[in-house]
Amino acid sequence: MSAELSVSVSNEDLGNPVEPFLRSDRMPHIWCPGCGIGTTVNSFARALIESKIDLKSVALVSGIGCTGRVAGYVALDSFHTTHGRAIPFATGLKLANPKLNVVVYSGDGDLSAIGGNHLIHAARRNIDLKVICVNNLIYAMTGGQTAPTTPDHATTSTNPYGTFEPAFNLPHLVEAAGAVYVARWTTFHARQLSRAIGEAFQKKGFSFIEVISPCPTLYQRRNRLGDGLETMKYYKAMSKVRTGAPTSEVGLTMNGEIIVGKFVDRNRADYQTMMRAQYASSLGEKFVELEAVCS
Amino acid sequence: MKADPRGVLTGEHFIDGDHACCEGALAAGARFAAGYPITPSTEIVERFAARVPTVGGTFIQMEDELAASITLQGAVWGGAKAFTVTSGPGFSLMMEHVGYAAMTETPCVFVDVQRGGPSTGLPTLPAQADMMQARWGSHGDYAIIALCPNSPQECFDLTIKAFNLAEEFRTPVMFMMDEVVGHMTEKVVIPPADRIEIIPRKYTQKPAEEFLPYKGNGAMVPEMARTGEGYKFHVTGLTHDERGYPNMTPQIQDKLVRRLQNKIQFAADRITLCEEENLSDADVVVVSYGITSRVAQRAIDQARERGLRVGKLRLITAWPFPQERIRELAGRVKAFIVPELNLGQMALEVERAALGKAETYPLTHAGGGVHNPEDILRAIVEARR
Repeated sequence: MSAELSVSVSNEDLGNPVEPFLRSDRMPHIWCPGCGIGTTVNSFARALIESKIDLKSVALVSGIGCTGRVAGYVALDSFHTTHGRAIPFATGLKLANPKLNVVVYSGDGDLSAIGGNHLIHAARRNIDLKVICVNNLIYAMTGGQTAPTTPDHATTSTNPYGTFEPAFNLPHLVEAAGAVYVARWTTFHARQLSRAIGEAFQKKGFSFIEVISPCPTLYQRRNRLGDGLETMKYYKAMSKVRTGAPTSEVGLTMNGEIIVGKFVDRNRADYQTMMRAQYASSLGEKFVELEAVCS
Repeated sequence: MKADPRGVLTGEHFIDGDHACCEGALAAGARFAAGYPITPSTEIVERFAARVPTVGGTFIQMEDELAASITLQGAVWGGAKAFTVTSGPGFSLMMEHVGYAAMTETPCVFVDVQRGGPSTGLPTLPAQADMMQARWGSHGDYAIIALCPNSPQECFDLTIKAFNLAEEFRTPVMFMMDEVVGHMTEKVVIPPADRIEIIPRKYTQKPAEEFLPYKGNGAMVPEMARTGEGYKFHVTGLTHDERGYPNMTPQIQDKLVRRLQNKIQFAADRITLCEEENLSDADVVVVSYGITSRVAQRAIDQARERGLRVGKLRLITAWPFPQERIRELAGRVKAFIVPELNLGQMALEVERAALGKAETYPLTHAGGGVHNPEDILRAIVEARR
């Protein structure tokens, strides 16, 4: 018997430790069996527990899609916005109330297609946001259409003969745009993901965590890649941890290696720090700090 | 409450309507604007960008109007009074988030300095052709409030009113300027801060466990919670119940959408503002708004000098439309003349409200200039026949 199992547990400890982070009155959730989004929420909740962050200060913003529903299930101030616009909404929230820890939690289609322009500009400005991008390689909520992340030759409902568009390599994109923290894990790497989210909370600036996640209902099934369990086995076998890997080398293919790890961890002044410094140097005593005003 | 004096530039100024709108926003307590440059509106945010760091606030130029129109809503939920500024093409892009603000009951102001359209149209020249878009531009059913200033002074005064209405009704308010009013320079008197009435945001005093974010109070307008204070509230553009949780039933949809509509329609008498002259003896009434009301004034004055019994009804609020007033007038006047810089938009409302009891004559102009007062005068003469 391991040391861990010999520890006595009281009745109170028997509940699910992440339950206080969820809106239990909204269960059951809408996600399919084998979907990875719930796993990411579990990792997110554990990161909040471990970081001991004041939960009142955490606001979560989602766009539209399967991952967009995360905002509805977490017991936090949460905003389910419009398709693609979670990042600009979060930008306004953070700039108006800098004390908040603002998390953007959304999917690959939402963040990189319809919201792609906002993604690169928020990274460029280095807005202090923690972006969790659950990448299931497809538009799942609407029935499995091709996304900008769908790997070459995969079959989708809108590319029934296989895709032929090159896919976005999201870590490469956001690094080039200016993100200060970029990591990728899969839903097989629940603990590493949790640690990465904790690290992002320690960073000031635009942090981006991509989570490769199965959609057994639409992506895996249509491409004969097996069920959720089969996908976990694939993630386990084919993921290679390469901390600091050049992001130009981490693009995904349908059956190939998945390079995971922390790719970028650098420091750069965030938007509000730059803004205050610029105003203070140009305006001197005339500059009035935001905190001095409440509406 | 009274205005925060830091935002109020008390005194007499010689400024244009765009700049006056900016000062109105600052006086109203707006401390956040997100924008994207577009003629003829940009001067509003240019002034805001220069002024706001000296009063404690933020301007951010976003990557497009889609972003600007939702960034401002994030700022509202972060605690700021916020607005955005645009013109026709940008207004079209913002429509999705007019709907989001209506659905989530996010108090905010959209300023549209109207130019000729459709599409890129006439970037530097006036029109009033976004009036129906202001009412109906986003999909789905909702009510809206829209104000139409006709001078730089009103750009100041009514911008404050726009922010106050937004807070009172928790709704997006459309501020419908036009290129001429935006670029017209006149005297603007800004009163002392203690003479400017501001409606603050109504935050709930209830503890988190008793608070239902979308339960309307008596006036059908729910209280808000502050982000970051442990309310753990949820906001969604999906149809939602009083807890703010998504609910896809026809019953909840009916209850929510009717409340969004009724909270404004039932208060229409209180919201609606018109300027009226010589209506008691009028047999013809000129209904106009914005810059066209100033052109019409000349025609009305000339007609009165000739002894013609013509009255003036100026729409200060276009939405909600003052249909009861039009209906009442229709029972005793012969005709309404509706000059506007479009091919007949508010004229449709006048005609609808008149119920056939009086004739409605649209006096259309596709934009790019303003009416010739003589054309309005001729229409008055012809309508009396």
